[in-house]
Amino acid sequence: MIEQQTCTMVEHHPMDVLLRQDRIPHIWCSGCGLGTSLTAFISAVKDSGIPLDKMSVVSGIGCTGRVAGYLNLDSFHTTHGRALPFAVGLHLGNPCLKVIVFSGDGDLIAIGGNHFIHSARRNMDMTVICVNNFNYGMTGGQGAPTTPIGAKSTTTPYGNFEFPFSIPYLAAASGATYVARWTSLDTRRLKKSMQEAILKRGFSVVEVISPCPTLYGRFNRLGTGLDMLKTYQENTVIKHGADPASVAIGKDGKIIVGKFVDIERPTFLDMMKQGLGAKFKIPCLERDVDKTEIPREDE
Amino acid sequence: MGEPSTSEKPRFWRTPLDLDKLQMPKGKVFVIKERCKGCGFCVEYCPRDVLELSYEFNSKGYHYPVPKNEQACVNCKLCDMLCPEFAIYTVEKEKETEVEKVGN
Amino acid sequence: METESGVLTGEHFLSGNEACAEGALAAGCRFFAGYPITPSTEVAEHLAERLPEVGGIFIQMEDELASMNAILGAAWAGQKTMSATSGPGFSLMMENFGLGVMTETPCVIVNVQRGGPSTGLPTLVGQADMMQARWGSHGPYEVIALSPSSPQECFDFTIKAFNLSEQYRTPVLVMSDEVVGHMTEKVVIPSADKIKLTQRRTPRVPPDKYLPYEPDPDGVPQMAIAGQGYRMHITGLTHDIKGYPVITEEAQVALIERLVQKIRKNRDKIEEYEEVECEGADVIVCSYGISARISQLAVETARAEGMKVGVLRLIVAWPFPEKKIDELAGKVKGFVVPEINCGQMVLEVERCAHGKAKVILVPHAGGGTHNPDKILDAIRRAAA
Repeated sequence: MIEQQTCTMVEHHPMDVLLRQDRIPHIWCSGCGLGTSLTAFISAVKDSGIPLDKMSVVSGIGCTGRVAGYLNLDSFHTTHGRALPFAVGLHLGNPCLKVIVFSGDGDLIAIGGNHFIHSARRNMDMTVICVNNFNYGMTGGQGAPTTPIGAKSTTTPYGNFEFPFSIPYLAAASGATYVARWTSLDTRRLKKSMQEAILKRGFSVVEVISPCPTLYGRFNRLGTGLDMLKTYQENTVIKHGADPASVAIGKDGKIIVGKFVDIERPTFLDMMKQGLGAKFKIPCLERDVDKTEIPREDE
Repeated sequence: MGEPSTSEKPRFWRTPLDLDKLQMPKGKVFVIKERCKGCGFCVEYCPRDVLELSYEFNSKGYHYPVPKNEQACVNCKLCDMLCPEFAIYTVEKEKETEVEKVGN
Repeated sequence: METESGVLTGEHFLSGNEACAEGALAAGCRFFAGYPITPSTEVAEHLAERLPEVGGIFIQMEDELASMNAILGAAWAGQKTMSATSGPGFSLMMENFGLGVMTETPCVIVNVQRGGPSTGLPTLVGQADMMQARWGSHGPYEVIALSPSSPQECFDFTIKAFNLSEQYRTPVLVMSDEVVGHMTEKVVIPSADKIKLTQRRTPRVPPDKYLPYEPDPDGVPQMAIAGQGYRMHITGLTHDIKGYPVITEEAQVALIERLVQKIRKNRDKIEEYEEVECEGADVIVCSYGISARISQLAVETARAEGMKVGVLRLIVAWPFPEKKIDELAGKVKGFVVPEINCGQMVLEVERCAHGKAKVILVPHAGGGTHNPDKILDAIRRAAA
């Protein structure tokens, strides 16, 4: 047997300061994209300059929902689909908090769909990270509103025949001010996008295409997590500013990523101030969040 | 120009005027063996082909990354960002003593 | 009349729903999230007008599920929060009511009961959500629910509900009904200094020593809020004292024991009822809400006929006054339980009477209040 060197073995990772170390290693499968999304998120949070004590993360139920349990921030693991209204309450209860919703495609778009579109409509000042693995992972791989046509899942054993949602289209049409999509392979751009979304005023949505090798990948013979990432590498097309109506993941398997929407629109509290502020004094309407420069990187 | 080069001198089509000031950063790789779940992302996507999977297992039965060629590491941190398990990170070589204290 | 503090001191002519809203403001509620549903809509409408006046936030959410979650979220941001609904909305709120119980979040929910089931009678009275108030959400838990019989009580009991929810860190229900909610009567609102308010127990230890679910001796943990550096994790999964999910039998037993005992151990301080002439009575009319008021005529008529009739009116319907019923059952011939449903609280009376006295239900499917003659008839049967 050939002798191998070893890297320096250590016990802790620099990002551990933002993780609940007594809960690592996490429960996600080998090859799952959630760990990568969380890594990008933690980098984004650190570099955003927002005071960590003011950050609150709300998640729903599902594999992605477990993110809240691993973050060393005020984190709330709520019921299925209801992360957004909980986050709305948290935000309006104390507008000085920076509220981030981190949940999965089934949680946010299926059962939570109504809350998604209304929170976007109201332009609630919060960030939504939606990790899309095209199925319901935690419960065993059932079909979701994002499952592509023809794909197999435990509840679509003969191939899915329902049209799926295009999350960026839904978010943009509902009124989100920042809509982006990246795959979990493209970590640097993902981190930068998350950072922009966190610092953006208004309802910002970042969709992360993530491999689920244990379930979706296995049922559809997509290989290991690594194989799925290689597929993303071959099929990803970056189109900043693309029309959200045109970015659905089509039959050809091409995944269009990029920053699709980045507009300015008054937030819910801005509108409240406008509508009521002249007559009434409503405390804590100004968010005391520091804005930092987002580092410029070549695209 | 994706060919990993282990030599010290970079190869350029035209020599930049400040070539003598250019320094390729060097990185040192740290691994938390027990957290690794053997997904292989770091090995596959390292642009300098620094890593390979070990023959040994960790206590969970996964093959973790070991350096094939640690000299080639340029601290790009792609392994750090891609790793889903918070099991690998790099530090620029000059700063390695500080970080080793944090790591342990 | 001062409105900055939210206390509309003075004598007013208010409906039950408006009184609930004023009670919430007087208790310090500064966040309301609701959805319109007859017959509770006036609570929301009144607060939509009044909350901005006192610097609070009103939001009409997209449905009752969102309303329930929004009030939980705002409670974790440090606010006193409330929502109001009726039967169909109450059903929708059930899952997340359980989340409130599990995460020990203080908030108040007003259910202005109407005829059911399903869409039923949106504009007419019912009292058929009482068992749902107790058992509506899944899983084992205890609940606190109050039952006002007049607009004045709507005001007072809403304040009481806020106090109980802050004290015991649990969602509290105000089980009003359509008649009480829509009737207008004199409501006297005292000055702010005469209203006793309970505030939630904030952490007495620094963030690095704080454990979100470590109980104080009375079973209630100290509650930190988001944004103050406590970095807590709050989950609806079964959890340990650190708040981390632990999916084991031991953790479940430990947690549920504490959650249930939190109310049961303190029931003597929570239970409240009104006893009138129960000493030496042959028959006791046990009722709540609007039915308690309707029974007054029957009770007076019966007393005029020479019968010894007492009244036990439930102020706090849950936890149910088990010991009191047991004690009275040994002394009386029978209980009469008028309620606008097909028999809900009567089951509790029967259970607690342990067969020592007759228990006669005077049901009403809903849509109107009882005919006092039927109650009188039941009293006569109970006395026989």
